[in-house]
Amino acid sequence: MKNNIIVKVKNACAVGEAKFLNYALHRQTKPLIRKNGELVETSLEEAIQRGAEILANAQYPILYGWSNTSCEAIRVGVELAEEVGGVIDNTSTVCHGPSILSIQDIGISSCTLGQLRHRADLIFYWGSNPWSAHPRHIDRYTTFSEGRFQRSAWRGYLSRLTGTLARKRLGRAIDLVLGRQILSPPETEFRLPPTLFQNKRKMIVVDVRKTRSAEIADYFLQIQPNKDYELLQALRLLIRDEELDVDEVAGIPVEILEEIVDIMIGCKLGILFFGLGLTMSQGKLRNIDAALSLVRDLNQRTKFLIMPMRGHFNVTGANVVFTWQTGYPYAIDFSHGYPRYNPGETSVTDILRRGESDAGLVVASDPVAHFPNAAAQNLVKNPLVVIDPQATPTSIMADVVIPSAFVGIEVEGTAYRMDHVPLPLKKVVEPPETCLSDKEILQRILVEVRRLRSEHN
Amino acid sequence: MTHLIIKNGFVYDPLNGINGEKMDIFTSNGRIVEKVAEKEAKVIDASGMIVMPGGVDIHCHIAGAEVNSGRLLRPEDHVKDVEVKTRLTRSGVGYSIPSTFTTGYRYSRMGYTTIMNPSMPPLEARHTHEELDDTPMLDKASYPLLGDWWFVLEHLRDGLLEECAAHVAWIMNATKGYAIKIVNPGGLEAWSSGRNMRDIDDSVPYFNITPREIIRGLCKVNKLLNLPHTIHVHTNNLGKPGNYVTALETMKCVEDLAEGDRPVIHVTHSQFSSYKGSDWRTMSSGAEEVAKYVNHHSHVTLDVGQVIFTDTTTMTADGPFQHRLYLMTGNKWVNHDVETETTAGIVPFRYRRKSAVHATQWSIGLELALLIKDPWKICMTTDHPNGGPFTAYPSIIAWFMSQVARKKTMMKISKRARRNSLLPSIDREYSFYEIATITRAGQAKILGLKQKGHLGVGADADIAIYDVNPEQVDPSRKYKTVRRAFRKAAYTIKGGEVVVKDGQIVKPVYGKTFWLDVKTSLPMEVNDDLKQKFRDYWTIEYENYAIPERFLHASAPISIKAEV
Repeated sequence: MKNNIIVKVKNACAVGEAKFLNYALHRQTKPLIRKNGELVETSLEEAIQRGAEILANAQYPILYGWSNTSCEAIRVGVELAEEVGGVIDNTSTVCHGPSILSIQDIGISSCTLGQLRHRADLIFYWGSNPWSAHPRHIDRYTTFSEGRFQRSAWRGYLSRLTGTLARKRLGRAIDLVLGRQILSPPETEFRLPPTLFQNKRKMIVVDVRKTRSAEIADYFLQIQPNKDYELLQALRLLIRDEELDVDEVAGIPVEILEEIVDIMIGCKLGILFFGLGLTMSQGKLRNIDAALSLVRDLNQRTKFLIMPMRGHFNVTGANVVFTWQTGYPYAIDFSHGYPRYNPGETSVTDILRRGESDAGLVVASDPVAHFPNAAAQNLVKNPLVVIDPQATPTSIMADVVIPSAFVGIEVEGTAYRMDHVPLPLKKVVEPPETCLSDKEILQRILVEVRRLRSEHN
Repeated sequence: MTHLIIKNGFVYDPLNGINGEKMDIFTSNGRIVEKVAEKEAKVIDASGMIVMPGGVDIHCHIAGAEVNSGRLLRPEDHVKDVEVKTRLTRSGVGYSIPSTFTTGYRYSRMGYTTIMNPSMPPLEARHTHEELDDTPMLDKASYPLLGDWWFVLEHLRDGLLEECAAHVAWIMNATKGYAIKIVNPGGLEAWSSGRNMRDIDDSVPYFNITPREIIRGLCKVNKLLNLPHTIHVHTNNLGKPGNYVTALETMKCVEDLAEGDRPVIHVTHSQFSSYKGSDWRTMSSGAEEVAKYVNHHSHVTLDVGQVIFTDTTTMTADGPFQHRLYLMTGNKWVNHDVETETTAGIVPFRYRRKSAVHATQWSIGLELALLIKDPWKICMTTDHPNGGPFTAYPSIIAWFMSQVARKKTMMKISKRARRNSLLPSIDREYSFYEIATITRAGQAKILGLKQKGHLGVGADADIAIYDVNPEQVDPSRKYKTVRRAFRKAAYTIKGGEVVVKDGQIVKPVYGKTFWLDVKTSLPMEVNDDLKQKFRDYWTIEYENYAIPERFLHASAPISIKAEV
């Protein structure tokens, strides 16, 4: 810290460090309001007043975002949605929404991350690439972490790495000596490495392409795109000792699958992490159904757990707060005066695509950049209020922009880790004078909305 | 300055020995007082009505990670029971796992004012308190799960009782907890590696300690720390035929630690631990044996965990039990293991009248309540939502008070269960005085909440008024009138304010959160070693583990001086 500016970050991963160091770039600190088609600077009072008017006058507003702010702000957000009779939704609607639908059908056998650090000896990453997306996940919680009952597999990885390099060099030397044409080794190699059969921690990556995470895994199972469902169901059959009458599933020979199933059943504690590679590929929630069922079935033979790899820092918190206040995790419609939940009908993307909403509030999110085109067009066609610390494509298209302070950098709050462990977020630097926290801004809008509505009645 | 006079009600205040006397109750600034001037006070005419202290619930799962996972799991439960937003109240959904606001309103409508949330994984305590803050109308507290906390296991294994006590004192402060909760001692640690405990002398894998040692150790710690409540125990082998033996052994194992008449152990939802038989086909009631033991010993208290015939959601920290329930029903199943501390499981469940097992469970709950002679030893609960939602309390009151009500339900249950039930041989019927004991006075006494559960001068002005005239209504025959009255309180008074009138919320209020501020002469030493241990055992830092007091919306610490 130097003069209220962060100059160095310790203990964070590359993603975290970038957040702390660069948060103040591309930042608009003054509220904006659209007048004659142009966004012009205005006072906070006027921006809040205008924002409240938009929401209070709307018949069916949508309130979207929430995954990048604190639980305290989300609590006020739900109250506001209820007050204006709108629809509140968070980013899981375009992310792990299918996973939640599956959990509601099947249930889930899960845990907190420390449990895995201490005990997991078989780690699957399915359609997710933690080495790039969650850089410290592997060394803090899984394969390379030191637990009480399981040691880090770091050394094994190093020796494997040196072994591979040495083999490569040796092969190349022999090639050169014998004057053979230099060929890269064949990519699809199905032989299982001996480390998988040792009584040690092991990691298997299942993906359609060789990711960075796959490179450090004990075994990489490269499957054909959009064949996850078949593969998961095949594994379920094999767990029940059924014979498969085909030679391969998703491009993998059945013999290999049988061996993998044996490893799964033989582990002490297994974990399957899945990412959007599973959630958003063909089959969507049915893929997750199969994955959850696979893990559930495995629990009759050994201990097995499963966990989605979440994205935004507080997307779990958004689900959690929505659920305790309304009973439902996302896509909640208050237009009847009570919470209603029917994803596909009450989810924001679908409402927008059908053009049913007549106003919008976006908090800490950028739907214009991420929603389907038709939905984004309908979002900006209607009056739109944006509360976000950063300038985004959505805020550029908005009618009212209220810049807020960064949660976890400039204001305190609570957030939930992807395994549902609540964590306090600290304040490190002072926010700019014109920026209030999301919570305060929402509270002031709520007060204003209540005043406007009582005048109206 | 708010003064209140409740006139001419039939007052039932068992802690002060008042049994249906017609008298006036005065409150001033949130407390019961000797007298206030009538001019300055608001007067409530309670003539022909029952006046009781506000209801207390010693064991109901209403907040926290596990409850919320249950909510997430069951949209089909919510859609059939909704609460519409009003000018005063927030909207929400029911039925078996209501959203937070709805939970508060529904309890308050039944005249309840204080509730205890019994299972809080220390690591996720922040979550529990966030939800409790969003649960209006009620005072509340929460019990941290400590029976499988690694610090406890290690200290007790090494015989370091005082160090263990220092850590427990610290955790009460750190998680803002109220009592030591033990769930399937040792079994949860074992479940983390897919195993369970067979009995109280089985050995916990890796830790070389037995459930007996955990229970006894924490019981001693509880005494050393002078905690207001006893250890709160969910026994091993819960929900298994033949487990009444385990329940008896659990109670017996701390028999020698009792001094005088003070209880040292609370066996919670004891209905689920009172089964005889060797499998589900031969399962029958062990209530008689359990009741006999409790009748002859004063060191133990129970709560019922009554089963209601309905569709509900079972949730406990007992992971292995929930897995067994999943295997039995094939219903959807949630498991959530918490590192270094505990586990949890959730399975939706329907109790059916025509199922011999379910009907026997129903019968066992009532048998326990009726066979245990002293109402101060047993509390009325459903282990919400495990036996059924708390909104069924009025029906249970009717069964307790009326043999006719019991007979009527008996006619509709499974024949085998009816044949084996002890209920036809029991003619005991609870009086209003005894009902006041098992629903508020006794619960407050067992919890050690001095301000609650009675209407003596100085108590919190938490009062429930029910529109039923004990001089005219014979609860034995007119149990429906009684049931209706308890379903909708005529008035609920919370902290001296009328918050419910005729079963409707008239004033939303926030409640306090009680927690124990235990002062030990040698507090847990916070040094680099300890911080490193936190880093090794958990995946969060020591500093992030503890909750600061300002995090609670309305913190109400109770100062305790420990013996160590």
